[in-house]
Amino acid sequence: MPEAIEKVPIRVTVNGKAYSASVEPRMLLVELLREEFDLTGTHVGCDTSYCGACTVLMNGAAVKSCTMLAAQADGAEILTVEGLEKNGTLHPIQKAFGDSYGLQCGYCTPGLMLAAFQLVSRNQEPSETEIRKAIAGNTCRCTGYQNVFKAIQLAAHNLKGA
Amino acid sequence: MYPRSFHYHRAKSLKEAATMLSQLGEEAKLLAGGQSLIPLMKLRFANPAHLVDLNFVPDAAYVKDEAGKLRLGALTRHAEIEHSTIASQASILHDCAAGIADVQIRNRGTIGGSLAEADPSGDWATVLLTQDTEIQCLGPAGERKIPLSEFIRDAYTTALEHDELITEVVIQKPGTGSGGAYVAFKRSAPVYPTASAAVQLQVDGDICRQAAIVLGCVGLTPVRVTEGEAALRGHKVDGKSITAAMEAAHAAVDPQTDMRGSAEYKRALVSALVKRATEIALRRAKGERVEVSHIYA
Repeated sequence: MPEAIEKVPIRVTVNGKAYSASVEPRMLLVELLREEFDLTGTHVGCDTSYCGACTVLMNGAAVKSCTMLAAQADGAEILTVEGLEKNGTLHPIQKAFGDSYGLQCGYCTPGLMLAAFQLVSRNQEPSETEIRKAIAGNTCRCTGYQNVFKAIQLAAHNLKGA
Repeated sequence: MYPRSFHYHRAKSLKEAATMLSQLGEEAKLLAGGQSLIPLMKLRFANPAHLVDLNFVPDAAYVKDEAGKLRLGALTRHAEIEHSTIASQASILHDCAAGIADVQIRNRGTIGGSLAEADPSGDWATVLLTQDTEIQCLGPAGERKIPLSEFIRDAYTTALEHDELITEVVIQKPGTGSGGAYVAFKRSAPVYPTASAAVQLQVDGDICRQAAIVLGCVGLTPVRVTEGEAALRGHKVDGKSITAAMEAAHAAVDPQTDMRGSAEYKRALVSALVKRATEIALRRAKGERVEVSHIYA
């Protein structure tokens, strides 16, 4: 009989909604979101901290949710792709990805949009280099990044005008 | 992928974390930023029975400028150092922090975790060995200060006892006429560099007074190029002395052939990186503002 592992009680706010849960210590944040809270917009790509498909915002900072324990998110505010849309209206970042054809299969897109979210929320006029640096932790195997890059430029432009 | 099951302990202070380590024994590990440990646990290369989480310890992340020294709390994230104007007084610290992996990993990974892991491919030890750096440690027996050169013992091996942890990294601020630079060659952002070079110079006019050259990812620990330093020290930093430093770097390393490149390729690479880092360090030592970015294949 393996020794019983005590669960960790946590409280997190995800997309403005308060949740409490009791998690196994080894549960990863991405699994908490997907399997406990049914927020399957956050994807698992490489599962080794390389690809960034699982990127979410924790207290405003982009993190790879496959490389964090759910217990570490205790008390934090999480933003996932489901939290971008408000009252049926797409967030300017989402709209820009569509308008610029910044996605093809869409698997990496939630992670890319959250990485872009951190950038444009801190920098209203990101330079080309700054955009490239901001998404260096996100892998896309379809687009070749050019249209992703244009989408983030467009999103920054539209957010500044808003 | 799930890590193997473990018991989770949340430390409220660094002192409590050290006590937990002594009580829980060798099967316990510290969780700082987790950007190396969690992937290792998911791959089951690391299977600690107990994890002591440091992320909820208050006041352990800071960058302070006190009495000519930069003091960095062990839990300071790479991103905090990247954006700190205090840390950027030593440009080489900014080069290092801003170039580690990607935004997401810099938001989580910590300077203390990186040094305590002592991965041969880690960036901080290579950079900080060019500085006068001391590691403040805490254990059940109390505090002690270890020079970084004695702290890093071998690959993944430090001077820390099992129940000791890093509380603070203390760096002597470089004097006037100083400049440093850190340049790494990488295949992509999230991966470790293929090779890297950190150079710190102090110049008086055209003459180099002090030089430190340390290479990363080309040995079990960072490699100090003492002959290269001697080639610069006391001389004008020009094509001739830089060529001598490059040759010394080429000779000083004994890299492994692996998926990142052959041993000969890496020797050629460190030599070129030393040239680039030395030239930038010299311009900075003369007061010029120079932006540095790692080189991507």
